Amino acid sequence: MLLTNYQTDSFYDEMFSEEGGIRQSYHILKSRIEGMDDKELLKRKASAEKALLSLGITFNVYGDEEEEERIMPFDIIPRIVTSFEWKKMEEGLKQRIRALNLFIQDIYGDENIIKDGVIPAEIVYSSSGYLKECKGIKPPKGIWIHITGTDLVRDGDGQMLVLEDNLRCPSGVSYVLENREVMKKTFPELFASLSVRPIYDYPIRLRGMLEHLSDKPNPNIGVLTPGIYNSAYYEHSFLASRMGVPLVEGTDLTVRDDKLYMRTTKGLKQVDVLYRRIDDTFMDPKAFRKDSLLGVPGIFEVFKKGNVALANAPGTGVADDKVIYSYVPDFIKYYLGEEPIIPNVPTYLCSREKDLKYVCENIGNLVVKAANGAGGYGMIIGPVASEKEKEEFVEKVKADPRNYIAQPVLSLSRIPTLIEDKLEGRHVDLRPFILYGEEIYVMPGGLTRVALRRGSLVVNSSQGGGSKDTWVMG
Amino acid sequence: MLSRVAESVYWMNRYMERAENYSRFLDVNFQLSLDLNEDSNRQWMPLVYTTGDNELFSRKYNSPSKENVIHFMSLDTENPNSIMNCLIRARENARTIRENISTPMWEVINEFYLTIKSKRKFEESDMPGIAEFFKAIRNQCLLFYGCQEATISHDEVWHFALLGRLLERADKTTRILDMKYFILLPAREEVGSTLDLIQWLSLLKSASAHEMFNRFYTRITPKNIAEFLILDKIFPRAIRSCLSKAFDSLKILSGTEKDSYGDETEKRVGVLLSEMNYASIDEIFSSGMHEYLDQLQVRLNGIAAQLDETYFRN
Repeated sequence: MLLTNYQTDSFYDEMFSEEGGIRQSYHILKSRIEGMDDKELLKRKASAEKALLSLGITFNVYGDEEEEERIMPFDIIPRIVTSFEWKKMEEGLKQRIRALNLFIQDIYGDENIIKDGVIPAEIVYSSSGYLKECKGIKPPKGIWIHITGTDLVRDGDGQMLVLEDNLRCPSGVSYVLENREVMKKTFPELFASLSVRPIYDYPIRLRGMLEHLSDKPNPNIGVLTPGIYNSAYYEHSFLASRMGVPLVEGTDLTVRDDKLYMRTTKGLKQVDVLYRRIDDTFMDPKAFRKDSLLGVPGIFEVFKKGNVALANAPGTGVADDKVIYSYVPDFIKYYLGEEPIIPNVPTYLCSREKDLKYVCENIGNLVVKAANGAGGYGMIIGPVASEKEKEEFVEKVKADPRNYIAQPVLSLSRIPTLIEDKLEGRHVDLRPFILYGEEIYVMPGGLTRVALRRGSLVVNSSQGGGSKDTWVMG
Repeated sequence: MLSRVAESVYWMNRYMERAENYSRFLDVNFQLSLDLNEDSNRQWMPLVYTTGDNELFSRKYNSPSKENVIHFMSLDTENPNSIMNCLIRARENARTIRENISTPMWEVINEFYLTIKSKRKFEESDMPGIAEFFKAIRNQCLLFYGCQEATISHDEVWHFALLGRLLERADKTTRILDMKYFILLPAREEVGSTLDLIQWLSLLKSASAHEMFNRFYTRITPKNIAEFLILDKIFPRAIRSCLSKAFDSLKILSGTEKDSYGDETEKRVGVLLSEMNYASIDEIFSSGMHEYLDQLQVRLNGIAAQLDETYFRN
């Protein structure tokens, strides 16, 4: 019923092909939706949302006192990825993670990539995520980026592209896991007829990966959170709980004699591995930001001495920089001698004179982003910005070109989404989660984020985005 | 376990217990006000005294009317001990230790918070449903205890939870008994009257102790009631019973043998408990019940402070 009047409006649609036919992988889903009374679908959506609220699966919105906690709006129409498509994405992501890890190891080590002229030294050193304090460090097993959330988008031609890599504290995996649980309750009959790859083992794999970082047989692990006011607090406690390890705050930890301990009712207990969800520079007021009240004084020294493993390792934020991002295809060629399986979105670097000129003249057709912005902040979408906003942004870019990149406005793919009482196309991206331990594991699927506002391309939860379950078949 | 987690689970329980007690006090007082046709304002202020927040109340409100007191004790977010604030804090504590408690427990506390949050103010027109409102609060609290009892392991977390609940409960029972002292003041000549009887009965009801009391005593007298609520060994709201269970938990936590003690908290509870084991209600009455209760409150506070020192300030 709901799908009869659905319009793809000439966008690439995840469910329907250009000719208006349904894509093969969506056949069963479509017939189930059509067999369902409209009211039934709305009822299932309402009960799914209620379940999320009851469970307190919420995120905090900064600067919004009245409604400090919200659920991420959840859409019950899943996104389906075929096993063929997935195989390519999985391989592409593994390739990328390998190259990124080698890059980070290299720039804090011998700097061969700089010496060989693949990336200019000043680009690396001027990155706000580059920590000179990490120079010479070799983290346990040579792994720096244990947990990565890489954002993928599909452009107007249906081509998958990498939009950005999140290496410091990528969040959203708890939604992926909880959404799946809610979906299983909402559409049990669909799961019975489709072979959706399970994801419930993610916390177990996460734990296994963390254990791998220590040489002790039963290492003492913890998850470090900035506390309940952090926007991703729910996720921190969820992961700690599913792994069966304590969730700790900075004040629960203390450094004594170059070792890290947690304060317990029975005295101090040594910590061997810490999955930290605090940004690099807030992690240790002694080593980095003196004003941070969130971290643990002295923890960086403990890490340097090899007495605690930190995931992700400090210093990985350098590759969250969107300028560095534009070089990742070069890293893949340089370190692995391979062609990138998933390409980047074409990117202009404002620090290049030619690019800067182009960006200033064509800002109306571009998305311009701060190199270290996140959550949809510090960016402008040319086609929807006012003249004044564009002029102001051009000034900002000119004042600090190193800090800005620009990309063509992608016509992100869309997928049917339940808006009020009908299905409308909404733009989506996809954030798979990747674990790097004994081997590299890519969770099948990931977080599909949806821009719920009509026409919007911004999918961030802080900007009114929602999420969908992602089903990898077979 | 983490010291912070122990502290949070302890306070989560103290706040839930406090919210439950407040709803009971308010409800009983409300019912009592329907039986007494006298100047009803006189009857509401003592309730505020028992909570110890009388100064704040007097600064904020110009009369201790029924609506004002009910609002102050239930929804007023400026009153740190209002039911609403207890709930906000209980939930905040629960959020910080979610990985240590069960999902059903969290759901109870979260749904409870979401329901009561929508209520902002009490009006005269809310009064017909007020008994239901308080009952709902009590039921949510009981559901929470039940969930806690049935869904988490009875390990350290559980014992700290129990300590929070028991110490809060013992404290509130001393305050309920003391309330009678405030109400009693102007009424010497009324001892034994219907009014007096109603007031003592309401006191028993405030502790949900009416039926249990009747099973063990045949006459409702001040002495009997005081004896039951202070010295009974097995009634869950009696102070001695609370302390006895708290002592058991402390023993398990410290791991010490019978007739010895591992830390100062355990010692303090042990000493107080054995004094109560050998106390009689006659002695308590002759030395002055108000003074005795006052003393008891001071010692309970001391125990709580010591517990904090021993386990939470590592």
